[in-house]
Amino acid sequence: MLAYTMQRLIVALSVAFTVSVVAFFLLHLSGDIAISIAGPESTPAQVEQIRHQFGLDRPLVVQYLDWLWKAVHFDFGNSFYFRDTVVSLIASRIGVTLTLGAISLLLSLVVAVPLGVLAAVYNGTIIDRLALSFSVIGQAIPTFCLGLGLIIVFSVTLRWLPVSGASTWKHFILPSIALGWYAVPAVMRLSRNGMLEVLSADYIRTARAKGVAPAVVIFKHALRNAIIPVVALAAVQFGFMLGGSIVIEAVFSMHGLGYLAWEAIARNDFPVVQAVVLILATIYVGLTFLADVANAFLDPRIRLA
Amino acid sequence: MTDAMPTMMTSAGGDKPFDAPPPRQSPFANFLRRGRRHGGLLLGASILLVIVVAALAAPLIAPHDPYAQNLAQRLIPPIWHPKGTWDHVLGTDKLGRDYFSRLLFGARISLLIGLLTVAISGTIGTLLGICAGYFGGRVDAALSYVITTRLALPVVLVALASAALVGGSLQGVIIVLGLLLWDRFAVVTRSATQQIARADYVAAAQAIGCSTSRILFSEILPNILNALIVVATLEMAHAILLEAALSFLGLGVQPPLPSWGLMIAEGKQYMFFSPWMIGVPAVALVFLVLAINLVGDGVRDVTAPENRT
Repeated sequence: MLAYTMQRLIVALSVAFTVSVVAFFLLHLSGDIAISIAGPESTPAQVEQIRHQFGLDRPLVVQYLDWLWKAVHFDFGNSFYFRDTVVSLIASRIGVTLTLGAISLLLSLVVAVPLGVLAAVYNGTIIDRLALSFSVIGQAIPTFCLGLGLIIVFSVTLRWLPVSGASTWKHFILPSIALGWYAVPAVMRLSRNGMLEVLSADYIRTARAKGVAPAVVIFKHALRNAIIPVVALAAVQFGFMLGGSIVIEAVFSMHGLGYLAWEAIARNDFPVVQAVVLILATIYVGLTFLADVANAFLDPRIRLA
Repeated sequence: MTDAMPTMMTSAGGDKPFDAPPPRQSPFANFLRRGRRHGGLLLGASILLVIVVAALAAPLIAPHDPYAQNLAQRLIPPIWHPKGTWDHVLGTDKLGRDYFSRLLFGARISLLIGLLTVAISGTIGTLLGICAGYFGGRVDAALSYVITTRLALPVVLVALASAALVGGSLQGVIIVLGLLLWDRFAVVTRSATQQIARADYVAAAQAIGCSTSRILFSEILPNILNALIVVATLEMAHAILLEAALSFLGLGVQPPLPSWGLMIAEGKQYMFFSPWMIGVPAVALVFLVLAINLVGDGVRDVTAPENRT
């Protein structure tokens, strides 16, 4: 277990390092940042001055190492646009995004896992077909369309919930549904397939033959094994949600990390964009690492393979 | 016809029964025959056909110029609304442009984005995956690492940032999405190649001294094509959704192009009084993505019944 954990940790750390390289060079190679900051009407002299002022005239490798060294000490420099340090900007915004992501994940699991189990237990029946159709249609609805639709129905027409903002728990209901929706089809299919596989195993047949109550077979014998791959998927989906929440935050004007990134991108505020990309990717890497370890802990076949 | 089915299935599966071989049919004829009975595939293919024809024939069908502004006829509601007129079946937008015409031309953008993105990302992902799966060992370890790194990048965010830097345009969005969305191609081709890399016909090709590229592209590629087509459809849907999201956020396709995502973004300010302004393009988007996904799922069911999920 320890050897496996160490091995996954080394992979996770090196991926995080590579991501930092990508996050840095992606923004530096796709355009001249100095020109973007200075704006289209600036003179060459002004561009040169900005290049020097922000240290953009140094070799890229030097700039990268400098940035990385500061980044691991939680110093991402100052925002070009907001009169603040990147760290305090992120600290003030990340709570909204994490809360939104956590509620969305919880919501999607609460809907998707029982639906998947139900579809597997009633495999081939109308319930199964309905669940599968639901997942196909669900997959086709873009999150921002769903978000706008929810606003029109529940905020504008019924006036039950607020349109935008993130100040009270009521503000989180619609965005969480819209964001959580995205993960439901994948989680549902995986729990259905896992459950189907487990239900056809010999030990389930044995348990049934012994006369164990059907509910005990399904929840105690089967679900515990079928849920293992869902753990990994849930971690991955949480990472996707944090990354994808940018669209939902824009729809509902929630001032979270995604909204910050959106504002920063539109204003060529590179330090903020780089920091958000790096943080979200690191969270994702950390989550998949935890999922790997949790999986290995739950399923000895993985760590002994 | 139905009696012949079980024999056909087992012979395709590999363990040949000893009775008379089934009549020879091309794989495509098989595909059509089985596909005809797959409800989801038929439904998806029909919707997709309608959208593709509408997109191709947009200049012929469209009642108005999608770019022609007419400020005297702004925000006319669609025909099901009491104030709707037959002149503008789906109404007009804030600049008086005919919504139906814009929707038709918008289908071209979505389909173009889907096809070209998948052409780029499919090439990259298939090359990476096929090499990782065939060579194994260190090549596989290195390429898997590249795939893991790509998966760690938040797609929407990176796509937004790069699209903004490239300077949001149709070409820019296609290139950015093409360079980003190859992960699933790579993952699927890698495992599909691993499964057949030890097959007898691959060993035979190696034994008679075929070049590596010949083995990769003439022996392995045709045999993983089924899986590739399925991924291609799903990724097409993914690319179309992402383009809509990027354009909705104002950093994808730029006005006055009638991208559906852009139409939704422009309709957002009127959603309190004219919800149809986002409803119409949103429904079009859902139908297109649904159709593509249905076709993808259907192709998977029909070509590989054993992989059914």
